[in-house]
Amino acid sequence: MGYEPQADFGTPEVHSDVSVTLTIDGRSVTVPQGTSVMRAAAECGGQIPKLCASDNLEAFGSCRMCLVEVDGMRGTPASCTTPVAQDMVVHTQTPRLEKLRRGVMELYISDHPLDCLTCSANNLCELQDTAAQVGLRDVRYGYKGASHLDLEADTSNPYFDFDPSKCIACSRCVRACDEVQGTFALTIEGRGFGSKVSAGQAGDDFLSSECVSCGACVQACPTATLQEKAVTQIGKPERAVVTTCAYCGVGCTFRAEMRGEQLVRMVPWKDGKANHGHSCVKGRFAWGYANHRDRITTPMIRESIDQPWREVSWDEALEFTAARLTAIKARHGARALGGITSSRCTNEETFLVQKLVRAGFGSNNVDTCARVCHSPTGYGLKTTFGTSAGTQDFDSVMQADVILVIGANPTDAHPVFASRMKKRLRQGAKLIVIDPRRIDLVRMPHVEAAHHLPLQPGTNVAVLTAMAHVIVTEGLTDAAFIRERCDWDEYQDWARFVSDMKHSPEVLEAVTRVPAADLRKAARLYATSGNAAIYYGLGVTEHSQGSSTVMAIANLAMATGNIGRAGVGVNPLRGQNNVQGACDMGSFPHELSGYRHISDAATRALFEDDWGIALDPEPGLRIPNMLDAALDGSFRAIYIQGEDILQSDPNTHHVAAGLKAMELVIVHDLFLNETASYAHVFLPGSTFLEKDGTFTNAERRIQLVRKVMEPANGLEDWQVTQALANAMGLDWQYRHPSEIMDEIARLTPTFSGVSFARLDAEGSMQWPVNDEHPAGSPIMHEAAFVRGKGKFVVTDYVPSDERTGPRFPLLLTTGRILSQYNVGAQTRRTENVVWHEEDLLEIHPVDAENRGLKSGDWARLASRTGETTLRVEVTDRVAPGVVYTTFHHPATQANVVTTEYSDWATNCPEYKVTAVQMSPSNGPTDWQETYASWSAKSRRIAAEPAE
Amino acid sequence: MDIERLTYMANQIARNFAVQGETAAVAATAQHIRDFWDPRMRKQLAEAGGKGLEPIACAALDCL
Repeated sequence: MGYEPQADFGTPEVHSDVSVTLTIDGRSVTVPQGTSVMRAAAECGGQIPKLCASDNLEAFGSCRMCLVEVDGMRGTPASCTTPVAQDMVVHTQTPRLEKLRRGVMELYISDHPLDCLTCSANNLCELQDTAAQVGLRDVRYGYKGASHLDLEADTSNPYFDFDPSKCIACSRCVRACDEVQGTFALTIEGRGFGSKVSAGQAGDDFLSSECVSCGACVQACPTATLQEKAVTQIGKPERAVVTTCAYCGVGCTFRAEMRGEQLVRMVPWKDGKANHGHSCVKGRFAWGYANHRDRITTPMIRESIDQPWREVSWDEALEFTAARLTAIKARHGARALGGITSSRCTNEETFLVQKLVRAGFGSNNVDTCARVCHSPTGYGLKTTFGTSAGTQDFDSVMQADVILVIGANPTDAHPVFASRMKKRLRQGAKLIVIDPRRIDLVRMPHVEAAHHLPLQPGTNVAVLTAMAHVIVTEGLTDAAFIRERCDWDEYQDWARFVSDMKHSPEVLEAVTRVPAADLRKAARLYATSGNAAIYYGLGVTEHSQGSSTVMAIANLAMATGNIGRAGVGVNPLRGQNNVQGACDMGSFPHELSGYRHISDAATRALFEDDWGIALDPEPGLRIPNMLDAALDGSFRAIYIQGEDILQSDPNTHHVAAGLKAMELVIVHDLFLNETASYAHVFLPGSTFLEKDGTFTNAERRIQLVRKVMEPANGLEDWQVTQALANAMGLDWQYRHPSEIMDEIARLTPTFSGVSFARLDAEGSMQWPVNDEHPAGSPIMHEAAFVRGKGKFVVTDYVPSDERTGPRFPLLLTTGRILSQYNVGAQTRRTENVVWHEEDLLEIHPVDAENRGLKSGDWARLASRTGETTLRVEVTDRVAPGVVYTTFHHPATQANVVTTEYSDWATNCPEYKVTAVQMSPSNGPTDWQETYASWSAKSRRIAAEPAE
Repeated sequence: MDIERLTYMANQIARNFAVQGETAAVAATAQHIRDFWDPRMRKQLAEAGGKGLEPIACAALDCL
């Protein structure tokens, strides 16, 4: 396949029930009312020259290249700003237009460097194409007049350069930053000939400005003014393959643009239904880890973790691993073995790992990283609605009238969806933010929350119960919806509970620290403003009452009738790219794919017949239980695919002790991660660029991952798991991930209509996809809840057992930052470290002053569990008494201080509430230094013996 | 496994179901433990004889 840029229709698609028919260059064309003449021409195959227009931006009408003539209309209007009209007759190519366009183009080119042959955008340049299109042959003005050719390039951004000498001041970059990304970091500075694109304030360059490096400006630029450094260094792409991003749960689709086997750039795919052609700094730019020098591509083994690694062949590694697994099983039974599936791997790879554990190891000791993030979502939404997933597609937000964001920071963690949300907010939707921190959404350019409820960490249930109290006692419920769609008796029990005066905002203010009046206003706004949508993240789930909070959210949505249509709903924002998929695929120890309990004999029989083996009917161990069981000797071996539990899971010391107690730890990953320090087998993994498969995003959208280059290690991850299974005596013969998906579809009712062929043809599908929903399900629970009647669950506020006191008076809450991802294994190995090279601790000025701390100081962070040191950032983003940090860097190991308190229903760790103390420090703790030494030692690889 | 940890987990589950009233909470706690706990965890909790368990969790133990 050759290289073709993505089609650009010039102005955005318009949706209208009314159609208009007009004639363009003698051809009749029918389009929705409101469509521009430019787009209508493009849709019937015409190409009107353009420079300032792009179909992801509103029409601007500045470049004067897209002029047309319209019968009966005076002058030569710009086709981008001229809407179609019934029976309009348009001419796009006339001698008059040609002359006008050439004249304008002459002016552009007279102030443009004529270095096309050596320009990085040669043959990728819309200015070059348009000059050819208008037949430019001469520039009558010459090239000696005043120009911008001497302006200096800004190369401060690690991923792209800004060369103002090539700028034509079309404003596409500025508009992309405003309209698509919503950051408003760019502007046109000056007037007339002095106009130039400027980032941030005077004196800023791109790196120091508010620019978030989403790349929308680079994509919008019609010249080489904003150009990826990789294109400059590698050259023009030769082919493009559409695939799905491996970072967050938004699930952006990209064109991986290749030159030979080398990736040149990732360009957001305009037809991608999750991202609509937008991206963030991670997905678009942070893929350099794929070829990082730390990447391990050869299998390695060792007898004990104090030895150096020994590189071996795949055969030797698999034989070594299978022999030890088999021996441990023989000595200690099947329940001594287990595995962890990866939310970064594909559905097919995840399905195979859980199949290996259940059918090969013979236990149900399989779990996934959702244990430490969204397992409460699975429990809470299944209990209340009947299925463990969000209710909406992302596009639904564009019909929301009020948006409630609780425990989520979309601009950092789900930035592409955040851009859609900000667009809707700029259109007038109201925003409520419930978060201990003043996240960016609370106040940023052209967005301001109507209410920010800065609650005390750990009091989500109390806040939501108080909101429910207001809604019920002030008569703001949707009684008709409740009577028709929900269990009325359960509703009455719940309504009685929340109506009790002890649940009023005024009484609970002592617990939540949220001013009662503000909470009442927020509750009224949510209940009375039309379509109300709730978006939540790990600030909801990672608490001792994470599951209760999810159910409390569901209660609010049902009580106000905000379920079952566009613009409303309950929307968990998933952390990793395939958390939803990993959960769907049966990664939890108590259920098979499609969320069916392992104790259900009929479901089990389905799998037993297909797999030809009897399954254990009892639930297996969760990750924290596995670690506990390792310490008592009843759990001995673990296969961990694409997960770094030492860094990501709470109480690092306990995780390390559990891993150390095991006889066999198998790590299957791209890098020697922190967990690998305790491993006996390292199986090299493949990146998302090196494999075929599917990911499922936070809106249940299943999308293809397509291999664009061969795996550096020689095998895709599903092939590694299959080889291990076969080394253990199973007989798996999958030739392609599509065959694994066929098996998933055969065994999972919500996936029965899914196949690679359909995904390839349709682009994506949202489960359930089956006979009942043949085209998939963008919105769930439309006519009825999956469980039948919606279930109101009384959620009593039970305070966390993690309490502040004289020794630990502050509450620590943790989160992530835009440029980094999860434990940072990928993003720390990219240029993204420019923005975040270490974890910082945010502390309120009052708390900082009381401790003699100022920004940049080292500080000791201690809890009942452990201590670490990190640098301080003094900020009023956090309330007094609350401190905040990220967990992206192993040198900090924020989870050394987090505790083993966890959600009552799912054991999801309570990362968001840890009682701590801060004090000045002069450097790393003894533990950090010891760990760094141990970590370096554990990564040693033995030199090959001399011939 | 650490019996103190298992006892804490059982009590935590019971405390969150307590709002349903004792009879329902006992049944719900027992069902939750059956649904989500590995057999060795249930066995160990049972073998501890209810030591440290709060009333609802203790009553649930009899239903396992």
